[in-house]
Amino acid sequence: MTLLEITLLIPLLGGLFLALVGHRPIAGWINIAVGMMTFGAALAMALEVFDHGPQLSPSRMFYIDAFNVYLVVLTAFVGLTTSIFSRPYMRHEVERGRVTDRRLRLYHAMYQCFLFSMLLALSTNNLGVLWIGMELATLTTVLLVSLYRTPEAIEAAWKYFILCGVGIAQALFGTVLIYFAAETKFGAGRNDTLLWTVLHESAGGMDPAVITLAFVFLLVGYGTKVGLVPLHNWLPDAHSEGPTPMSAVLSGLLLNVALYALVRVKMLVDGSLHTNLAGHLMMGFGLLSFTVAGLFLHRQHDVKRMFSYSSIEHMGLITFGFGMGGPLATFGALLHMTVHSLTKSAIFITVGHACQLAGTQRISHIRGLIRTQPAIGWGLLLGTVAIAGFPPFGVFISEFLLLMATMKDWPWLTIPLLIGFGVAFAGLFRHMQQMVFGEPPPGQKPVAANMLPVVVHLLLVLWLGLAIPGFLSRWFEQATVLITGASPL
Amino acid sequence: MEFASLSLFNQAIILFAALALFMSFIMLAQARMMPLIFTFAWQGLLLTVVSVLVAITSGHPELHISAAITFCLKVVVIPWLLYRLSVKLNMQYDAEAITHPTLLLLGGVALVIFSYHVSQSIVHLSGLATRNTIAVSMAIELLGMLLMIARKSAVAQVIGFMSMESGIFFAAVVSTYGMPLIVELGLAFDILVASILFGVFFFHLKDSFGSLNVGQFNRLSEANQSMPTADAAAPAPGEHA
Repeated sequence: MTLLEITLLIPLLGGLFLALVGHRPIAGWINIAVGMMTFGAALAMALEVFDHGPQLSPSRMFYIDAFNVYLVVLTAFVGLTTSIFSRPYMRHEVERGRVTDRRLRLYHAMYQCFLFSMLLALSTNNLGVLWIGMELATLTTVLLVSLYRTPEAIEAAWKYFILCGVGIAQALFGTVLIYFAAETKFGAGRNDTLLWTVLHESAGGMDPAVITLAFVFLLVGYGTKVGLVPLHNWLPDAHSEGPTPMSAVLSGLLLNVALYALVRVKMLVDGSLHTNLAGHLMMGFGLLSFTVAGLFLHRQHDVKRMFSYSSIEHMGLITFGFGMGGPLATFGALLHMTVHSLTKSAIFITVGHACQLAGTQRISHIRGLIRTQPAIGWGLLLGTVAIAGFPPFGVFISEFLLLMATMKDWPWLTIPLLIGFGVAFAGLFRHMQQMVFGEPPPGQKPVAANMLPVVVHLLLVLWLGLAIPGFLSRWFEQATVLITGASPL
Repeated sequence: MEFASLSLFNQAIILFAALALFMSFIMLAQARMMPLIFTFAWQGLLLTVVSVLVAITSGHPELHISAAITFCLKVVVIPWLLYRLSVKLNMQYDAEAITHPTLLLLGGVALVIFSYHVSQSIVHLSGLATRNTIAVSMAIELLGMLLMIARKSAVAQVIGFMSMESGIFFAAVVSTYGMPLIVELGLAFDILVASILFGVFFFHLKDSFGSLNVGQFNRLSEANQSMPTADAAAPAPGEHA
């Protein structure tokens, strides 16, 4: 059994086990233990890939290269730190009577199954299985969005289910079209024509008309899950109504996985078309999402909703970066994926504690966090500073790289980009000041909080901002070469 | 291509595919719940028949498996689930008002023409006998989406969703003689889980909103977010965490 298979099996078995015992007080610890084992296995696998290069599993079902290996490690890592946060958080929710034993069991089981589906989508070599993993990720999280059973939560979950279901069905149609293009090239009767490695090798021979049509469907499909405007409507609802650990993994990880799928497909399309059609479409949608989400930040009254829009904004920026497609832009986009996911999950963890502290998600009722519980207040402030792109945090570096790439290839697009940064910055900070400082309402008491994940995430982001470690930059460079065919260094 | 010059089997394939497309139109115009569910089952049956015919003519016995999957899911399990839920939730005689039915059907016609137009550029690549029905499969998918957009009832939306899936499954059968088996099984599993989750949601919707009309969803729209609502002054305990 390879390390990759172990990495996939641990969360799956953990999910099944937690389906039986997920309501016990010890379940939170089991969740952490499963997360730890997954992360350990993923790390060991990454080291193996680091030493021996890309690996294709014997059945050719799984393929790990520089592009997805770091996303696998990132997913396992954020999955682990969020499970550490989720233990005291969910216990608090049980004490408040918002979650029953049955729902707690559902939560724990689905948490691990969700991680499994993302790891499956990331590591598979088969475009069909990639789709199945993405759909499974929706299915496992939809009941968690409605976990609190409030009318808002039900509405959000239904919207999430229907919109993502429809969206991802388009991606399936696109996948069928790609299979069709491959079959017409290779002839029927081969059963490996949906494998990414096979398709990538021979992308040049596939019919451009079919591939163009397929990409449109795939962009709409996976774009819905990335949260690209105008297909983003489900995202702020789903991210704000569910339990906060779910928001952290949805924003931090699921969006990355969907974008990963889109970029994989773009690599095929680029190989077939020899034009930058796919890139231009992605640039357009990315820039639109970036701008619109930045504006929407200003009119939010719910703190989790606000940070969901911030996720759309950053995803738009990353899509824009991958769309530009140069080595520098791709390097920046890869780095931005990492730092965004670390920072955003740290922010959602802090926000979760802040909401428990204040007893509401409404921004106008969250006041004086620093005075009541300095750790939460400072965590939220520093997290927001980091996500807004201040130096010395890593988000600054990646945004700067993306800006430089834009200046080089599309100079006039730097203007909307810079305006967008300013708008988003203002949108975040107009609400932040009163929440963090200000007079705490009478009777506001500190809550049991574990800030360790936040500290670790923010330190990592800071580290990436000050100096990217050699092995990581080598990975990003290899991934960039893989995606664009040229090295940024 | 002359229709009469095709073999009888191929003529039958085209006939049944056209009938399946016709079912999509009936679903668009059908306001009552029970007939809607039955029409969906009929469509599933027609698509099963086409898959079996393709399996026989093309000499791809593995297509029998996809035909069996379609039959189990689209003719038996999902219609039965929906039927049982409708009876349980006491809404088997419900009908919803369809706004602008003429416009809706004309839109459907436009989508069919659009699918034929789009698939024209790709159909000539295929050497399969069933290539004439690629446009039909695309039309079934798009009509399913139109059904979801036009309707406000949760049941109709689920039927539209499942009809989209049928269209895509059908596209795989007629354009490439089916996807690899592992993918088809995975798809079937996903659809099965989705249909069960939809059932769970029907109960949640009924509990929270009193009906399955999702047109009354308005709590989370952006337009409402900016208005200070009544609960802004004093958040009810347990409203939000």
